[in-house]
Amino acid sequence: MSILIDKNTKVICQGFTGKQGTYHSQQALEYGTQLVGGVTPERGGETHLGLPVFNTVQDAVNTTNATASVIYVPPFYAADAILEAVDAGIKLIVCITEGIPILQMLRVKAAMAGTGALLIGPNCPGVITPGECKIGIMPGKIHLPGSIGIVSRSGTLTYESVHQTTQQGLGQSTCVGIGGDPIHGMNFVDVLSRFQADEQTKGIVMVGEIGGSEEEDAAEYIGKHVTKPVVAYIAGQTAPSGKRMGHAGAIVTGGKGTAEGKVGALKAAGVTVVNSPTDIGAAMKTFF
Amino acid sequence: MNIHEYQAKQLFQQYGIPVPDGKYTTTAEQAGQVAIALGGEGWVVKAQVHAGGRGKVGGVKLAKNVADVITYSKEMLGKRLVTLQTDSSGLPINSLLIEKIYPIKRELYLSLVVDRGSERLIFIASAAGGMDIETVAHETPEKIVSVPVHPAAGLQGYQCRNVAYALGLKGAQHKLLQKIMQGLYDLMLARDASQIEINPLIETESGDLMALDAKINFDDNAVPCHPDISAMKDPSQEDDKENEAQQFGLNYITLEGNIGCMVNGAGLAMATMDLVKLKGGLPANFLDVGGGTNVEKVCEAFKLILSDNNVKAVLVNIFGGIVKCDVIAEGILAAIKQVHVAVPVVVRLEGTNVEEGRALLTNTGLNLYAADDLAHAAEQVVALAEAA
Repeated sequence: MSILIDKNTKVICQGFTGKQGTYHSQQALEYGTQLVGGVTPERGGETHLGLPVFNTVQDAVNTTNATASVIYVPPFYAADAILEAVDAGIKLIVCITEGIPILQMLRVKAAMAGTGALLIGPNCPGVITPGECKIGIMPGKIHLPGSIGIVSRSGTLTYESVHQTTQQGLGQSTCVGIGGDPIHGMNFVDVLSRFQADEQTKGIVMVGEIGGSEEEDAAEYIGKHVTKPVVAYIAGQTAPSGKRMGHAGAIVTGGKGTAEGKVGALKAAGVTVVNSPTDIGAAMKTFF
Repeated sequence: MNIHEYQAKQLFQQYGIPVPDGKYTTTAEQAGQVAIALGGEGWVVKAQVHAGGRGKVGGVKLAKNVADVITYSKEMLGKRLVTLQTDSSGLPINSLLIEKIYPIKRELYLSLVVDRGSERLIFIASAAGGMDIETVAHETPEKIVSVPVHPAAGLQGYQCRNVAYALGLKGAQHKLLQKIMQGLYDLMLARDASQIEINPLIETESGDLMALDAKINFDDNAVPCHPDISAMKDPSQEDDKENEAQQFGLNYITLEGNIGCMVNGAGLAMATMDLVKLKGGLPANFLDVGGGTNVEKVCEAFKLILSDNNVKAVLVNIFGGIVKCDVIAEGILAAIKQVHVAVPVVVRLEGTNVEEGRALLTNTGLNLYAADDLAHAAEQVVALAEAA
């Protein structure tokens, strides 16, 4: 088993006929993802990449029975796209879009409460179960079906972790990029709890960064509930205070959200924290 | 995005939040005229820079007469102000805010921020105003009250009353505070602010409430929706290189080391800086060239990095996911030739077509090193910077 998605997951794409949507949908199809259609308003009835285009997410769900959606629409339309997917009954919404205003995300999160829908992102690479289903912009080739669950706030550091666990022959069960924005969907704890419950996952790589307190929350959760080995890396040890380091959420303010604090909390919870991002795979290998 | 205090106070006035009578000025002569026009028995001269901690370093001065207003204005204008929140070169004082002085009974604190944990806008208030709120939170957390606002319900009357009681306000002051809190909430939503802080919010001897200072941060993602806010940007208060980087869609932050870094992805860029430090070097910058890297972007990135004279060597770290490594390698070669890069460049490529990419970077006759892996690349660039 894997978490969140597998070879049976039916996926639609919002922003299907745009440049990003087209390119990454092609990549997903090549990877073997069950992409069953897409949504672009006013383009319903057309065929794109050999798949049906729908005007609304509801139309797409009614016709295809899709349960997952990936969003590639521009930032000022993304909140609308997420909520459209929620209302149409999509269970897993993956929002790749970077640059959504934070107040819009506050409203989206409040509106999603109680709906049961899961959101990954925004500002994330997406989610992949290697060999089965790829939803997002990650390069498929570097992955290897295997036993390590990966969860990360950073896209390229997810790829690093994937690359290293592939080189060590461990492979990945599922990789989840939860995104670099301060207000986002699934957090570390949401993903860690699923990895803990998943039989295929034997070890967990967690990549955090400065800003916020989700790593500290994760440390508390791991200390109480996670029995599988966890290897963590926290980016931003040399980042100056008060500066936003590329990701909207990567900022140390008023002495809060430092790498030091996160590393300390994780170590106290028994997590193997590596100092160098190049040691993630090797550190995980020591457990197997 | 940050704005000046005087701009924040103009926005406060639009939303019914009382501020001291005052006026913005750019010359000492004008400052004197402003003081005369404002009237009263004393004035405060406030340096307009994008940093807190001004009072402790001579950026805020009380003047008893108009001559002092002019003298202090002359002293401040054209200087750079170094505070605890700036780097060692400080920020230029190009303008001043001259305000009337009011008799202060108490200094309070009030802010509205995005709380990441609860995913709500929350008001934070304290009767211990005028101090650094983080210090108050750390030493006397019982003196801080926080009120989360649900986005669907909006700010409620009881929430304002709770804050008013916590601040020890009485009678008619409750209505004054409610007006201020509602103003902050409306301003936050209408202009996509990410944080608004009033420190101190003063209670005057006559019982009025007034924002003595004003600080607003805006959400960079939303600034393009607000041309009036965007127009308040003051590039003189920001790093030149960071301003230039923005124009090319690059994420650049100046640091104090001598190893230039060029990386794709924010997380990997931070990790690369950390790794350089771990290997005994110091990064000169944070630079994320983004996912869709092309020759033009790589050229601009090299120009930016090399405009820092401290840079003795450059580390390029690209994980080619979507972009193929051989395409990136060609871009790097073209950029090094176009920009005439004189310092050694270590390149670590990984991902799609990595062998072709590395082959292109070997035996080029340039001061270029294609590293096998990231750890070695970092060691190599540190050694090269030390040798330079």
